[in-house]
Amino acid sequence: MMIKDVIPGFELFRPRTVADAVTLLDQHKKDAWKIAGGNDSLSWFKDRLKRPKVVIDLTGIAEMKGVKETADGIEIGALTTLTDIENSAVIRKSYRLIADAASKVASPQIRNVGSIGGNLAQDARCWYYRTGLPCYRAGGNACFADTPEGQNREHALFDANRCVAVSPSDIAPVMIALDAKMVIRGAKGERVVAAEDFFVGPRIDITHMTQMQPEELLVAIRIPKAWAGARFYFEKVTDRNAWDFPLVNVAAALRTDAGGVVQEARVAIGGVACTPRRIGVAEETIKGKKVDQDLAQLAGQSSTRGARPLNYNHFKIPLMANLVMRGVRDAAS
Amino acid sequence: MTTARTIAFTLNGASVGADVKPHENLVELLQAQFGLTGARESCGQGMCGCCTVLVNGRAVSGCLYLASFADGAEVTTVEGLASGDALDPVQDAFIETAAFQCGYCTPGFILMAKQLLDEHPDPDDSMIRHYLSGNLCRCASYPQIVEAVRSAARRRLRRPSA
Ligand SMILES: Cc1cc2nc3c(=O)[nH]c(=O)nc-3n(C[C@H](O)[C@H](O)[C@H](O)COP(=O)(O)OP(=O)(O)OC[C@H]3O[C@@H](n4cnc5c(N)ncnc54)[C@H](O)[C@@H]3O)c2cc1C
Ligand code: FES
Ligand code: FES
Repeated sequence: MMIKDVIPGFELFRPRTVADAVTLLDQHKKDAWKIAGGNDSLSWFKDRLKRPKVVIDLTGIAEMKGVKETADGIEIGALTTLTDIENSAVIRKSYRLIADAASKVASPQIRNVGSIGGNLAQDARCWYYRTGLPCYRAGGNACFADTPEGQNREHALFDANRCVAVSPSDIAPVMIALDAKMVIRGAKGERVVAAEDFFVGPRIDITHMTQMQPEELLVAIRIPKAWAGARFYFEKVTDRNAWDFPLVNVAAALRTDAGGVVQEARVAIGGVACTPRRIGVAEETIKGKKVDQDLAQLAGQSSTRGARPLNYNHFKIPLMANLVMRGVRDAAS
Repeated sequence: MTTARTIAFTLNGASVGADVKPHENLVELLQAQFGLTGARESCGQGMCGCCTVLVNGRAVSGCLYLASFADGAEVTTVEGLASGDALDPVQDAFIETAAFQCGYCTPGFILMAKQLLDEHPDPDDSMIRHYLSGNLCRCASYPQIVEAVRSAARRRLRRPSA
């Protein structure tokens, strides 16, 4: 229970290449824990809720660091820190959405160390789960948040299935909005997965938030050129103005013609479901049209259809509608 | 199963070595092996900034930073800022502005201010607040802290070598 104590011992490996890391992961499978910046991992270890025997420190793998321009866009190494993403010249110039979101994560201390891979692979922040209760996500058979007394202000509006935790990441919805591809390596080789399929909800796997297997590694993220220099909007709403996880966040990417008519749009919302949620209805509402306040409002209001609030999170419905409204309106203008 | 390993790094300008356990964090290493208590663990979970240490010029939360990550790095703690009796301009500014009451949070704020001023010598208030957002002060000396950072920026601009 949130003891923040001395960390129990483990064996630490420091591979220098992706190939060596993959071999180690294959040897130790479920006993191994990958660590990048360690911001999320050390919290679990200190509470002694996760006690891996083997920790694989990825930070020595040079090939997983930095932002590269490629023929098809950019490739961001999974170990690139959020600060380096915020400062990257090519990201600021052509994919500003990622820098905007990165600059709003947690605190400078965490962004200086936290990696984009660790951010995308981070675990749920439901406090019942984080305090070590035997909930579904922890392998048990109860949910403590979805009960009459459960404190579920931060929990899901959509796609809950036994577990009602939400995706806590500010970068995840940006990955959906930019149609990113996740490059995953394992002993069987490389596979490339669209951001939309990378994140999984409790219906598919209640104890993991992505479709990565324990013996796999996220090595890089590819952002297609199609979205370079598009019109973007990111906003997150939090209880506190600093280091706070999003209650709800929005990432929008639009392309318009010279007359301001929307040609392409991708909009995603975080903090309302276990995965970042793509808002297809908002995209369809604005495509082929010029966005004015009324249309943006319509896009926002339609986006919350089907929401199933819990006892204390009804406020997220108008919040989400407003963020989608602002996302499409302010990206377009 | 927890073999210690020897790491080498630069600590406040001096080359040092240390045997670290895989699960030790940077604050534990600095306190136990080097007697440096400026970086102190308070929340232990990345929320308060009391454990701030500069690693290669950037502030990190020492409580969430494995000691072995420091291998090969340049580590600076608040104890390393003064040269002889001359305090760093940021330290002078904090004292002159009385930017603390109990002082528990001060080393963390000073090191974060150091990274800020190295990157932006003449920051405006919103930049100062952005950089200091990961540091908490329970005594709520925030107005004086922001003033101290402004004053430190002025001192450094007058004395660019600092
Ligand atoms: C106080 C605090 C506040 C925070 N606030 C926010 C916030 O506002 N918004 C937000 O988005 N995030 C927030 N975070 C989360 C933070 O951004 C992440 O903890 C951080 O980005 C994780 O990165 P890391 O590299 O330190 O992760 P690590 O702890 O090293 O890893 C996190 C998880 O990802 C796995 N992992 C890491 N790298 C890889 C990889 N390459 N392949 C496969 N798996 C991998 C690890 O096994 C682990 O399970 C906060 C965290 C803290 C501690
Ligand atoms: S003790 Fe490290 S951030 Fe609070
Ligand atoms: S001066 Fe007491 S905590 Fe900041």
